[in-house]
Amino acid sequence: MLETLGALGTGFEVALKPLNLLWGFIGVTLGTFVGVLPGVGPALTVAMLLPLTVKLDPTGALIMFAGIYYGAMFGGSTTTILLNAPGESASIATALEGNKMAKAGRAGPALATSAIGSFVAGTIATVLLTLLAPLVVDVALRFGPAEYFALMVFAFTTISAVLGASTVRGLTSLFVGLLLGLAGIDSQTGQARFAFGVPELLDGIDVVVLAVGLFAVGEALYVGAYQSRLMETLEKISGSIWMSKEDWRRSWKPWLRGTAFGFPFGSIPAGGAEIPTFLSYATERKLAPHPEEFGKGAIEGVAGPEAANNASATGTLVPLLTLGIPTSATAAILLSAFQNYGLQPGPLLFQSQSDLVWGLIASLYIGNVILLVLNLPLIGIWVKVLAIPKPQLYAGILVFATLGAYSLHQSWVDLLTLYVFGLLGFAMRRWDVPVAPAVIGLILGPLAETQFRRALAISQGDASVFYTQPIAASVFALTAIVLIAPWLARRLRRKR
Amino acid sequence: MARLIQFLTVLLFAGTAAAQPSLKMMIPANPGGGWDQTGRNLAAAMQSAKLVSSVQFDNKGGAAGTIGLAQFANSAKGDPNAVMIGGMVMVGGIHLQKSPVNLSMVTPIARLTSEWEVIVVAASSPHKTMADLVKALKDNPGKVSWGGGSAGGTDHILVGLIARAVGVDPAKVNYVAFKGGGEQVPAVLGGHVTAGVAGLGEFAEQVKSGKMRALAQSGPTKVDAIPSLKEQGIAVELGNWRGIFGAPGISPPQRDALVKLVKDATETPAWKATLAKLGWTPVFLGGEDYKKFIDEDTKRIGAIIDSLGIKK
Repeated sequence: MLETLGALGTGFEVALKPLNLLWGFIGVTLGTFVGVLPGVGPALTVAMLLPLTVKLDPTGALIMFAGIYYGAMFGGSTTTILLNAPGESASIATALEGNKMAKAGRAGPALATSAIGSFVAGTIATVLLTLLAPLVVDVALRFGPAEYFALMVFAFTTISAVLGASTVRGLTSLFVGLLLGLAGIDSQTGQARFAFGVPELLDGIDVVVLAVGLFAVGEALYVGAYQSRLMETLEKISGSIWMSKEDWRRSWKPWLRGTAFGFPFGSIPAGGAEIPTFLSYATERKLAPHPEEFGKGAIEGVAGPEAANNASATGTLVPLLTLGIPTSATAAILLSAFQNYGLQPGPLLFQSQSDLVWGLIASLYIGNVILLVLNLPLIGIWVKVLAIPKPQLYAGILVFATLGAYSLHQSWVDLLTLYVFGLLGFAMRRWDVPVAPAVIGLILGPLAETQFRRALAISQGDASVFYTQPIAASVFALTAIVLIAPWLARRLRRKR
Repeated sequence: MARLIQFLTVLLFAGTAAAQPSLKMMIPANPGGGWDQTGRNLAAAMQSAKLVSSVQFDNKGGAAGTIGLAQFANSAKGDPNAVMIGGMVMVGGIHLQKSPVNLSMVTPIARLTSEWEVIVVAASSPHKTMADLVKALKDNPGKVSWGGGSAGGTDHILVGLIARAVGVDPAKVNYVAFKGGGEQVPAVLGGHVTAGVAGLGEFAEQVKSGKMRALAQSGPTKVDAIPSLKEQGIAVELGNWRGIFGAPGISPPQRDALVKLVKDATETPAWKATLAKLGWTPVFLGGEDYKKFIDEDTKRIGAIIDSLGIKK
């Protein structure tokens, strides 16, 4: 243990040299400015800017990389909150309340709770990574297809929180998403489904295209069509752009709970960032003292998912550093950055290259601090975006949404699907169908299906794997409790 | 936009590198697998010799690489700086899926490596030798789950060949497809599948650290102290080749420029070190010869898959 702390200390010592800090600042700045483009998530930003780091020495490169990474994450959150156009699936949960806050004139606190929440989550997750990585990975390995499927079912039950006022409309939206998720080549048999002979559809439908289409394009069309009736939507920035005492009081618990969701999900090889962000959103909605504020811009709904997102990103370092396997796009890019310095990923990474590994952990942490220092003052500038008159603002959103969707694969089919989903989003808004369940359906549906079929293939069609394995059974039991408990509580209260 | 930004940033930081091309590389598999290692190491070799200024990667995994192939064939048309990694797995996948996109739509540049396949179990597995695993397979074929790459790929073909060689109906093999090594390695380590099948390099670090046990490999003789299938009385030999392709519709001079670029990269010390480290056999074959080889291999692999009875 002492050895570990010593190694981390050395990592910090190297990373904190003035020149390295300068590279960190440059990285954060570049990362933020590229990351704010809608449709450009952290993985893409990092991949695009990674060539810049090649010329530097390993430590300088790593810290600049860390800066780019955190800058890109924050840049993505900025676009999500201000323009309702998430750049990657992990920030979709943030869009739900974040953009509502921005419209209510509270973009400043939303951005602040996102940046500070990311910092808090990053700090805790880094400590957990340092102390617990070898233990966590042993647990993570116990997760097989049956366990993952149980987790997916658990995640599905939390969707009830985002279904909206009408269950029928919410479920309709969810099933639209599930249907869209079926499109593309099926990985277990290699057969094409719902591709209609269009090669681009063999790739499946990109969740970012769906989210930007439904959220941003749909809204721009709606505002364009009904502008005269929507006088009140965009309020002037009211109050301070900083977080008030009340905002702090309401944010710190969601930050901690978000971290508690994000880190374990990031650590398990097929966990990802989508499920913990939505779980965090649903939890905050259930626990909030003023649940009626959800849907109108509740700060808890931004603080939780943003912390979960960041903690999950740090969590993916657990399998990367202990098993040498990248489990997210960003982790894979990180690995390639490592390999530029002759580092061989694998279970022996921690022992054989500990300097570089601890240097990276220290760099990531410092990147997070730099982000906070640099971007909190910038929030004042970002929120000015919302002072742009509505017609120009929404025209701008359309332009950026289109650019973002095209930059994903440079494919015109993506543009077509973006605008088809934009029209769908317009129609859903017009008839009060919530759009979030459709996006969740598209994310979770294919994941759940793959794990379900893998589990049954391994057990030769014996469904008992879902309740005879301890972890899967416990998760299913937990799911049942989550479903039944509120109903039971209501009954008991009524009796009293 | 992405390209503009990259252009500006490259200009900003590496003014001297303007003459070298900046490659866009499609890796049609999720990060961590053999194609990913091939692509990233080849790019590193190119950069070490300053043959290119930068390489931008795009990982698009699943369905034996045909998802990435479809995207590449459609989005890279005529781009002389776009390349894609591919190989035998993709040939099998195209055949199995009756895929509307195939390798005749892209421009073959060069065959790079061949790799023997390895069969591993978790260190804690009760199967100590290949004979143990074969016995379990014969007793109850469905009970032995094999975790490998996409359905119909090299891994799947090898399992089918082993089953046929030991007298088990290949159609009864319980094969579970994973998208790339990132999901497969934990599934093997955690004992969620009975055995794992992949290229030697993909499990090398896990075997070296003692977390996995290698039971056999598909070469003709012993490699890295791992006995071959043949030495253990199973008459199967299979090499998994990997190569690189250019965009559809590039001109012959543009193709020859890429062949030269790749040829130069394979002669760098960095690439040779990679081959030694990952246990890959160099089998360079460029341009027209490579195209002929692919045509023949497409027929050969199609015949194997059909005879195994795994085509649905």
